[in-house]
Amino acid sequence: MPAVHVTTTVNGDRLDYVCESDETLLDCLRDRLGLTGAKEGCGTGDCGACSIILDGRLVCSCLVLGVEAENREIETVEGLAEGDNLHPLQRKFLEHAALQCGICTPGILMAAKALLDRNPSPTEEEIRFGLAGNLCRCTGYDKIVRAVQDAAKELQGA
Amino acid sequence: MPLDVKPDLKREFDVVGTRPLRPDGIDKVTGRARFGADATAPGMLVGRILRSPHAHARIRGIDTSKAEQLAGVKAIITRDDLPDHSNGDRATYDILYNCMAREKALYEGHAVAAVAAVSAAVARQALKLIEVDYEVLPHVTDVDAAMKPDAPVIHDDIFTEGVEPKPDKPSNVARRSEFGHGDVEAGFREADVVISRSYKTEATHQGYIEPHACLASVSPDGSGELWVCTQGHFMIRNVSSQVLGMEISRLRVTASEIGGGFGGKTHVWMEPIALALSRKANRPVKVVMSRDEVFKATGPTSSTSIDVKIGAKKDGTIVAAEAILRYQGGAFIGSWADLGAMTAFACYDLRNVRTVGYDVIVNRPKTAAYRAPSAPMAAFAVESTVDELAHKLGLEPIDFRIRNAAREGTRSSYGPTYGPIGIGATLSAAKNHPHMSAPLGNNQGRGMACGFWFNFGGQTCTSLNINLDGTIALSVGTPDIGGSRASMCLMAAEELGIPYEKVRCVVADTSSLGYNDVTDGSRVTFSSGMATILAARDAIKKLCGRAAQMWGISEEAVIWEKGYAKPAGPNAGEFPPLSLKEIAAAAATTGGPIAGHHEFNADGAGVSFATHIVDVEVDRETGATRILRYTVLQDAGKAVHPAYVEGQFQGGAAQGIGWALNEEYVYGEDGRLQNAGFLDYRIPVCSDLPMIDTVILEIPNPKHPYGVRGVGETSIVPPLAAIANAVSNAVGVRMTHIPMSPPRILKALEGRS
Amino acid sequence: MRYEAPVSLEAASALLAEAPAQSFVLAGGTDLLVRMKGGFVEPELIVDIKHIPDLQELRLDKDGFVIGAAVPCAALGENVELSAQWPGVVEAANLIGSKQIQGRCTIVGNLCNASPAADSVPALVTAAAKVRIRGRKGTRTVAIETIPVGPGKTSLAKGEFIEAVLLEKRRPRSADAYLRFIPRSEMDIAVVSAGVDLERDKAGVITKARVALGAVAPTVMLVEAAAAAIIGSKLEDKALTALAEACSAACQPINDKRGTVEFRTKVAGVLARRAAQIAYQRAGER
Repeated sequence: MPAVHVTTTVNGDRLDYVCESDETLLDCLRDRLGLTGAKEGCGTGDCGACSIILDGRLVCSCLVLGVEAENREIETVEGLAEGDNLHPLQRKFLEHAALQCGICTPGILMAAKALLDRNPSPTEEEIRFGLAGNLCRCTGYDKIVRAVQDAAKELQGA
Repeated sequence: MPLDVKPDLKREFDVVGTRPLRPDGIDKVTGRARFGADATAPGMLVGRILRSPHAHARIRGIDTSKAEQLAGVKAIITRDDLPDHSNGDRATYDILYNCMAREKALYEGHAVAAVAAVSAAVARQALKLIEVDYEVLPHVTDVDAAMKPDAPVIHDDIFTEGVEPKPDKPSNVARRSEFGHGDVEAGFREADVVISRSYKTEATHQGYIEPHACLASVSPDGSGELWVCTQGHFMIRNVSSQVLGMEISRLRVTASEIGGGFGGKTHVWMEPIALALSRKANRPVKVVMSRDEVFKATGPTSSTSIDVKIGAKKDGTIVAAEAILRYQGGAFIGSWADLGAMTAFACYDLRNVRTVGYDVIVNRPKTAAYRAPSAPMAAFAVESTVDELAHKLGLEPIDFRIRNAAREGTRSSYGPTYGPIGIGATLSAAKNHPHMSAPLGNNQGRGMACGFWFNFGGQTCTSLNINLDGTIALSVGTPDIGGSRASMCLMAAEELGIPYEKVRCVVADTSSLGYNDVTDGSRVTFSSGMATILAARDAIKKLCGRAAQMWGISEEAVIWEKGYAKPAGPNAGEFPPLSLKEIAAAAATTGGPIAGHHEFNADGAGVSFATHIVDVEVDRETGATRILRYTVLQDAGKAVHPAYVEGQFQGGAAQGIGWALNEEYVYGEDGRLQNAGFLDYRIPVCSDLPMIDTVILEIPNPKHPYGVRGVGETSIVPPLAAIANAVSNAVGVRMTHIPMSPPRILKALEGRS
Repeated sequence: MRYEAPVSLEAASALLAEAPAQSFVLAGGTDLLVRMKGGFVEPELIVDIKHIPDLQELRLDKDGFVIGAAVPCAALGENVELSAQWPGVVEAANLIGSKQIQGRCTIVGNLCNASPAADSVPALVTAAAKVRIRGRKGTRTVAIETIPVGPGKTSLAKGEFIEAVLLEKRRPRSADAYLRFIPRSEMDIAVVSAGVDLERDKAGVITKARVALGAVAPTVMLVEAAAAAIIGSKLEDKALTALAEACSAACQPINDKRGTVEFRTKVAGVLARRAAQIAYQRAGER
């Protein structure tokens, strides 16, 4: 099978890569573009560690083919900060100690961003269901939820 | 040899106990941090492992010829490429055998061969071309079934240890251990009430989100480098070298950031295979496990079968306690029942107690540690029985425990006598906690339980180097699994009297520091922390020496106070204090670089106790259980970084909740694992849990300069029983089989009506 | 593996008609990619239908709703009219997996994957949904319950694919509801599920009903005896009990790692009862 040339936009940058048609977008981000923020925790869409935002929708990149990224817009954790200004979610995660090992953090940050983009003032329940697709084994989610609540407040200008 | 480690209990800390941002945090929230699978090397090959589909089979032959012909395949490894360097040491031999099957495959998923190829697609194809001739043998996966006389015997050279006379027939019972004191038979005769119950718990997995991954690069001269996510890179170096017959110093292992371990990454798994592939191919080889492989071929917990008998007098005094604990350790010898037998009654002050453990072999992957290994199952059995006994006696469960709790001076059920301990404090804090008076509605119930863990010390080295600008480079050898680098910086900053931000901590590789035992046993804040404190004190002595030199006075006349060298008294001379920064700036002229270090076998890790309270609601028509409220009260000795202590409490509780309600290994009749993925191995998701409240108690450990006790493990111990007790109080059924999944609870409810 | 992304229905049809044996339609990919990675399928050709404009649309026209095959489940919940008229269908679609999965998965994919436990199918069956199938020769429209014929098997012929799901406009005094049982609060495959659609008259008497069960048989079950048990009632306890018993009696579940026969049988009745109560209350508000 001949390799495919894909042109896509990642975090605002037009990028190209060449991949096999059965490679996942996760593999392409990590191995073709060197963007190792998204992680493979399970490969089957059950853990959310590979979460990215594709054309404004939160998805598991392990269940998207690399070739499907053609002409699409992708947001990954590497694009959350603006220069050296961390996104409020990133800052709040640090302040609230909302990470221990940090492996789920990129995916959870993207899920939290996708949540707040659509629902700027979520209730605790809405946050918990909004993050239900992201497994964290270290924290028990308590400090993560608090960090998202605090970030939501800041983004609302409170 | 006692060092000057006795804690000053009145000490007011400057930075220890605060909540600064962790030094590795920014990289983790930006995606820059590099974990096991995030490294690459030029010419890197992809390594993949072929695994047995059978639970038990003799391997008659392996034919790799077709795979070798496939274009892009650069190396293939089988048992023939792994000679036995164990020199008769069974533990090392078992590690080798677990890395790759030898005469037999002993569990589904046991590695049988491995390939290194130019791409994942070629590697996958190559595995398909390897032909293995299996003779399938009868298997056994259940711990009780494996102990029966007609069970298939898995190793014909294991004769039960710890029984007299020594058996003449091999069996799956690897050993019997016993602990306790007093006379339990006499105790039971004295009792007014005796409860006897049997319990079962299914196997679980640590469930770290990062699968095992490593990048190995071995040169033709036999020297090698390994990048790996692990809780112990020195252990990986030593064990891999032993297994492969390499000299230890030729292997340099670097610990990547680690995406969770919880005990499951304290052993070698496929690292020696990656090294062997790299050695054969003469190219770097990256091996990353799939989630399926993680479940099938790393180290889940034991599944257990436990009998508990406790007798008490009407006034609530426990007069005798006994437990028989059967734990399976997978296909190789382990001492898991041993740990269960030691921890089972550790929370109590008992005159007569006996625990007997049986370590059993089954056709399952080799058991590894999971956060207070073996303790949660034993605590489930004991704390459930304690609750039942309390109800039978008409006593509040918490008061019954307060009455019988261990205290300073108690002879523990596993041998040693306790020093100052925190169980009493956690129990009274629990009794007075607002959670205890939160209102409960229909089908809602409250449960509580206690837990214990020993915590460990271990071999530890730390090196502290002072930079030209007065900042500190701290090197530790214990991988950071919970935020420990922040705590190390706090302790160094505290001793030196400088701001926390001036200290940076790295986890050094195996060539840059002396040997460190793995990060386990909740030992890092205690051991690496103590080593850091002592290294800092070592550095302070040297800093004082330099100041003395700079002032031209004797070293004894210099003291160190909050970041400054000062003359000890008016007789020493009138010198303005010299800051650490100033002394550092002058180092080249006063004798060269200034450093402190410490190497030792840390001892005196304090035991840690916890009490948990949980409220649940059970749907009587479906058996579904919801956690409404959860509170962890645990003794930390001294919370160096309170946010990370809270994080350990919450994380352990969450794992215990998953274990109690939903997590289990499901085996088919064929001995194969049916739920080797996160879809059907169900760990708690965000919407399953409420906020988890935490109360940190501080009963200082007399053997640590700041009073630190390990905290990471204890909080997984109480949840199983706390939840079982809550379910019992909510809907009146006593659950004796973990996990208490909805079908089991529904069945129990229907059985009752 | 060949990947094609046709931009018209005709082009997609042509590709699939001449396709090799191992060919698959790709919409959300949340089942297909999992099967590929697990080694259960090795596609020679994948036809990505997400670039066909007709299939990307969710619209309400004079006959009812037309949900294109490429519309992700998340979009169903974002559609105000659909959520108001068919809350059971929307809830069912939005229970599949997680937010990440819902951002990609489709109800057509859920249907054609033909898992006995598919979440959206019982709700669509009680809603009397239809599907429009495209083949080489044009289209045909059939009742949705004729599509799944066994675990992993559909009634579609080679070269055919479903281009839309059709739902009628909501009738007055009628409503649907869908409930499923999972051990956690999200993420799990349904252990057992029940969908109920019913219509009541001005006095509150149920005049029409459809009851479907999922994950208790090789395919979704439309349980006529369960519907009969509540037609003519105001959903009193007696009717509810009869409904639950009819559902339990109709079940043919298996024991597997997700649930036992007894559990599924009992809980099917419980969920049908609860779903009926929700649908009844919703219908009273319309």
